[in-house]
Amino acid sequence: MTRQSSPPANQRAVETEGLRKAFGTNAVLGRVDLSLENGEVLALLGPNGAGKTTLLKILATLLRPSAGRGRVVGFDLMRDVEPIRAVVGLLAHGSYVYEDLTAEENLRFWATMAGLPADAGALRKVLAAVELEPVAAERARTFSSGMKRRLALARILLGAPRLQLLDEPYAGLDQQGKKWLEEVLLAFKGKGGAVILATHSFGRGLGIADRVAILAGGRIVLDRPRASLDLEELHRLYALHTENGP
Amino acid sequence: MMFARRAWIVLWKDLLTERRSKESLNALFFFALLLLFLFEFALGPDRERLAAALPGLLWLGFILAGILGLGRTFLVERENDCWEGLVLTPGDKGAIYLGKLAVNFLLMAAVEIVLLALFGIFYNVDLWGSVVPLSLVIFLGTVGLASVGTLFGAMTSQVRARELLFPLLLLPVQVPVLLGTVKATEAVLQGLALAEVGHWLKLLAAADLVYLVVGLLTFEFVLEA
Repeated sequence: MTRQSSPPANQRAVETEGLRKAFGTNAVLGRVDLSLENGEVLALLGPNGAGKTTLLKILATLLRPSAGRGRVVGFDLMRDVEPIRAVVGLLAHGSYVYEDLTAEENLRFWATMAGLPADAGALRKVLAAVELEPVAAERARTFSSGMKRRLALARILLGAPRLQLLDEPYAGLDQQGKKWLEEVLLAFKGKGGAVILATHSFGRGLGIADRVAILAGGRIVLDRPRASLDLEELHRLYALHTENGP
Repeated sequence: MMFARRAWIVLWKDLLTERRSKESLNALFFFALLLLFLFEFALGPDRERLAAALPGLLWLGFILAGILGLGRTFLVERENDCWEGLVLTPGDKGAIYLGKLAVNFLLMAAVEIVLLALFGIFYNVDLWGSVVPLSLVIFLGTVGLASVGTLFGAMTSQVRARELLFPLLLLPVQVPVLLGTVKATEAVLQGLALAEVGHWLKLLAAADLVYLVVGLLTFEFVLEA
């Protein structure tokens, strides 16, 4: 989301070891071991309550893990909170959109907060990239949920993130919007960016994924290259791990 | 420089939001008007009694309006989880506190100016003669109230019983400010020179400084909690 200290070179986008998270006595994540290379897209599947959002929030430094270790773009999850925030873009359930500001004003606010250029030209360029330039001067209150989703993505695209953490990114988008999002993510991946795309739906996201992981009961129960799985087998494994297992 | 830009953009964003939604100011102006009617009913037409109670009434009005306004400071950040976005922004979070504090100060000042004018009209009190020393006392009192109110507004915004908790936290901490402002206002309205209430003004300035520094230093932890 912002420029700041340069990340260590040749580091994996994500590397976690025995990551655990509990809220009181409720263990949400068991032992999560996960790694992601730069330029790689991971589709993280799992039913509701599997811990996908918690995992993304830990990687984005919004939550602290209860135990375990992790590095994001080479930075330590526990110690290097600020540098991680500078190189990670999070698309969460909330859009971080101020309803009474226009699309351009929303971006100006977040760009300034992140220490990025907030001139009209730069903002219009990002709005054009998410196809919101024609409504740049309209208040977000008048936007559909899909348009707010695009505006949220524009906020991420303002900076130069190395890792995008997307939680149910297709929610609220129409067919054209979903196709457009995949194009944006492919372009990001082409520039060496890494993506974790969390979803409970098989409909989208798998097409651009290099790997598929299933999170169930707070653990990664399957992590395979996308090319090694056809959709039918993936459905079978998903059912096996989430309904009959783990 | 970056700190100032961030504080400014928070101020700009909140003022723009308030100008468009008019949620806080409209409600606060009506609330101030209602308070005046209530005070009028409670005190009656007795001029002497009114003169004795005026400084207390004035600050009671400011505090009650402040409790309503300051408690809402961070509610706008709850919509669409903007709070999370603020947490994720890199850099010193004190800038967010300072921006919010400036917004609160300006909103409270607007309400106080209206309340003062209405007091003058309703109770036929000549405030114009002591407007300069009174402005200084009100400025110091408002900074103190807004400094603590902004911090506690952030602390309680995620709590379910925030309407109850916010005044419970705010009022005890405001005792030095309340004491200083009421005493100084009383003296100023009696026509005494500012030098004669210098000790109260010093207390107010010291309390403001402490509240401001504590707010700047602790806001990050409040935001991340």
